[in-house]
Amino acid sequence: MIRALRQRRVAATLLFLAFALLPIIAAAAGDPYLVIVATRILAFAIAALALDLILGYGGMVSFGHAAYLGIGAYSVAILSGAGVTDLGAHLAAAVVAGALFALLTGAISLRTRGIYFIMITLAFAQMAYFFFVSLSAYGGDDGVTLAARSTVLGRDWLRDDRVLYYTALALLVGLYLLCVAITGSRFGRVLTGTRENPVRMEAVGFTPFRYQLTAFVISGAMTAVAGVMLANQASYVSPAFMNWHRSGELVVMVVLGGIGNLLGAIAGATLALLLEEWLAVLTDHWPLIFGTLLILVVMFSRDGLTGLFRGRRG
Amino acid sequence: MSLLSVRGLRKSYGALKVTDDLDLEVAEGELHAIIGPNGAGKSTLIAQLSGQARSDGGSVRFAGAEMMGKPMPARVRAGMSRSFQITSILPAFTVLDNVAVAVQARDGSSFRFLRSVAREARLNEQAMQALAQVGLQDRADLRAGSLSHGEKRALELAIALATRPRLLLLDEPLAGTSGAEAERLVEVMAALKGRVTLVLIEHDMDAVFALADRISVLVYGRIVATGTPDQVRADPKVRAAYLGDG
Repeated sequence: MIRALRQRRVAATLLFLAFALLPIIAAAAGDPYLVIVATRILAFAIAALALDLILGYGGMVSFGHAAYLGIGAYSVAILSGAGVTDLGAHLAAAVVAGALFALLTGAISLRTRGIYFIMITLAFAQMAYFFFVSLSAYGGDDGVTLAARSTVLGRDWLRDDRVLYYTALALLVGLYLLCVAITGSRFGRVLTGTRENPVRMEAVGFTPFRYQLTAFVISGAMTAVAGVMLANQASYVSPAFMNWHRSGELVVMVVLGGIGNLLGAIAGATLALLLEEWLAVLTDHWPLIFGTLLILVVMFSRDGLTGLFRGRRG
Repeated sequence: MSLLSVRGLRKSYGALKVTDDLDLEVAEGELHAIIGPNGAGKSTLIAQLSGQARSDGGSVRFAGAEMMGKPMPARVRAGMSRSFQITSILPAFTVLDNVAVAVQARDGSSFRFLRSVAREARLNEQAMQALAQVGLQDRADLRAGSLSHGEKRALELAIALATRPRLLLLDEPLAGTSGAEAERLVEVMAALKGRVTLVLIEHDMDAVFALADRISVLVYGRIVATGTPDQVRADPKVRAAYLGDG
């Protein structure tokens, strides 16, 4: 176990280093579009990381996490529309709104288990989706184009794609380290225990619900942060951000990368979005190839990509 | 003075009365065994006492406080712990962490998010003590799922002990163990006697009669006799209902 943690630290360092060098490589290769794609990858990596916290460690398969991407994205759109353009304010609003939505929906969803939990999280996300579809002040179904990206200290530094990219990377690294700390803490141990055997946890004196709900709230708030970055990357916000396909894609990213080790979620998001970019160039039927790959990874390595690197467990 | 006082406890599954107006007194410090034929309602009784299963009525007083309506975690924190007939551990955790998480449950808040729990020496030390009590100290770093059946039974006991109970409800701790494994677990229970109040459900009659201070006989959801092992052995009602006059 200690060895696995050490391996993860090395792999994380290498992965983040590669991300840090990417804009330089993109500049050298004369392909600035790469930085924009990679910013999108980073935003989804944050969301997948947040999902892995509850899915991998808490055993809670949320099929509605796209709702939080939308909540984060609309935080940017709504505040910017009201003249508040500061990134800090956007992030704070997204975190609060995401946490509240998670608290409300989690408190209800967590009274169910298994397939019912999956369906209820999906239902809540659909409710959020249709709420924003009906929000005509923000374009309804069509969404709304942002006049500009968020500002920092009143300056429009994020207009530079590379600054936005590094901001997203800093958020990803920071949130990754936060998740590493959380999963290794007292709280993380209880959360993992409730995934393994909730009755056992009750029999030593824990009430699983409290810990699961807290993790759900943390995850929702983190995913909303991803939504803020996604809105800035696209300069555009629409209900499509919270479409249920998107929720499914987030689950796929986590499974593809390997559930329950945090880094896998980041790798999974990266690979899924790169494949989407590359395969879409090859053929319109790229989801067929992607689906086949996903099946192969899941069949041959229960731990996803991370399992392929680590070799089989136990 | 009774540590545990059960009055008129009831539970039905449909028309079947599994626990039928049951009274039970367990004195502080005793090892109180509950025996009875299959289907007498022994495991249901443990589930009701521990708060895992809801009771239809009656009273469960522990150390003077009413426990009815309180969920299992609250009862554990009050000092009533249980072990399970079917081993209930955290298979992906190490043996040490299985016990350390039980220590953690009674030692400070677990809403701590940043500090590494693996480095909390106090938790690990107390967990090691509980493991040493059941003879598993050499297995501390193994994955709990990889233990032998007998070792898992011992771990189950160590987890319950780590909650520092005043009353320990043991649901067939010897279930499925072989001769040598069972012997070791009986030794562990003998060592616990007097330090923890024990309610023991067990099918192994040799173990029961060797360990128990008092025995209650449960038949169709009612206690039909309570007494010392000798009294129970001699009780004609018991012989008729359970020991089959053998």
